[in-house]
Amino acid sequence: MSIPTNLKYSKSHEWVKPEADGTVTVGITHHAQELLGDMVFIELPEVGRTLKQKEECAVAESVKAAADVYSPISGEVIAVNSPLVDEPGKINEDAYSSWLFKLKPSNTAELDGLLDAATYTELVENEDH
Amino acid sequence: MLKMTPLNQTHRDMNAKMVDFGGWDMPLHYGSQLDEHHKVRQDAGMFDVSHMLPVDIKGDNVRSFLRRLVANNVDKLTLPGKALYSCMLTPQGGIIDDLIIYFLSETWFRIVVNAGTADKDVAWMLKQRDALAPHLEITPRRDLAMVAVQGPNARTKVWQVIPGSQSATEELKLFQSTVVDQYFIARTGYTGEDGFEIILPAADAPAFWKALHAVGVAPAGLGARDTLRLEAGMNLYGQDMDETKNPLESGLAWTVDLKSERDFIGKQALLDALVTQQLIGLVLIDRGVLRSHQQVVGQQNGVEYQGEITSGGFSPTMNQSIALARLPVQIAVGDEVDVLVRDKKLRAKVVKYPFVRNGKALV
Repeated sequence: MSIPTNLKYSKSHEWVKPEADGTVTVGITHHAQELLGDMVFIELPEVGRTLKQKEECAVAESVKAAADVYSPISGEVIAVNSPLVDEPGKINEDAYSSWLFKLKPSNTAELDGLLDAATYTELVENEDH
Repeated sequence: MLKMTPLNQTHRDMNAKMVDFGGWDMPLHYGSQLDEHHKVRQDAGMFDVSHMLPVDIKGDNVRSFLRRLVANNVDKLTLPGKALYSCMLTPQGGIIDDLIIYFLSETWFRIVVNAGTADKDVAWMLKQRDALAPHLEITPRRDLAMVAVQGPNARTKVWQVIPGSQSATEELKLFQSTVVDQYFIARTGYTGEDGFEIILPAADAPAFWKALHAVGVAPAGLGARDTLRLEAGMNLYGQDMDETKNPLESGLAWTVDLKSERDFIGKQALLDALVTQQLIGLVLIDRGVLRSHQQVVGQQNGVEYQGEITSGGFSPTMNQSIALARLPVQIAVGDEVDVLVRDKKLRAKVVKYPFVRNGKALV
């Protein structure tokens, strides 16, 4: 599966989509769901919570394992994808449309430090070998 | 170098996700562990269990040797082909392994042991053989493969594949086996569903697997095998018990015969044992997933107690999390306990297992 070029990525396998209104949408990558297998449980952060970059803020559990989700950048949680909690398998079907939460960034410079699609592709390929 | 079963290439050809399972290169799933789980509960699935080891014991009066070697009573095996689940114990009562013994004749018993313990099991058997019955021949059968076909339609599918197997096996009861040509067919399993475990020559395994696939049996990996056995409330060696635990604190008292005069290895230790712990079922009330090694805490009559989850996971059939946990014997079915999950305490209810049998939730 190709890695969308309009997104940014963290080394811990979150994707970040900068929106037109200055907010960002965050999810976990296709590669992350592939490593985890069938998803069975999602825990989302509280709306209004302030997150620091790389802070643990959500949990994704599959039949196999539990994985922490880290906030790719600092900011305030302004929305969460609540329906996902009842259908965690959606992440397996399409990781890039199954977002977890939206942030209002507190330091947009952090966005520049994230990986672009080409660099993230390289990271995933190196992991596989 | 990982060990490979005779079906290794077959799994790869079917796009299996392979993992290192105790030194064996085994399929974890072939796409979706959940789909494989449901296929076994609702139709038929197959597992490569060739990493497990059949050990043949042959010679005069094998039975007498086994009366001493294992904790269950082989005198329950009167009909040829009959199988018995048992633990093999240390003199201290610790579980060396859990295994299935097939009675083929008075001069031939077959024992199927776990993969991870196979070497130590055989070494232990040989040591006891040398001391007790040096005339017996003990042969590990790495020349054989083993395929478990499980699910409500499993037997019918096997009958389609092995000519003449229907008439030979349709009268088999649970825990009975028979031989059809090169196939050793037992009505046993590790899923809580009907089906067969079939032992056959390694060279025949790929064709047999493909023939089963052609009649609609879904390949299923170790992932589904684990969720199925957990739902079925079946212990996993190395996780729910090991040499530091005895059968009485592992939910396996029903497999130990302490009534007969027979003296087996570990018997005295079990008679002397003060049993303070039990293996019992948990169903998670709160949202989340129970996992092995999570701590269980609570209070009873003002006294703090602690326990541990030995096997936990998500039950696809019940759509909630379940676990086996080792808790103090005072904790009873119906009690509620707290499980420490990350920084939270999650509420769980103590239940009697199995959780699922023949496709239906029991709790």
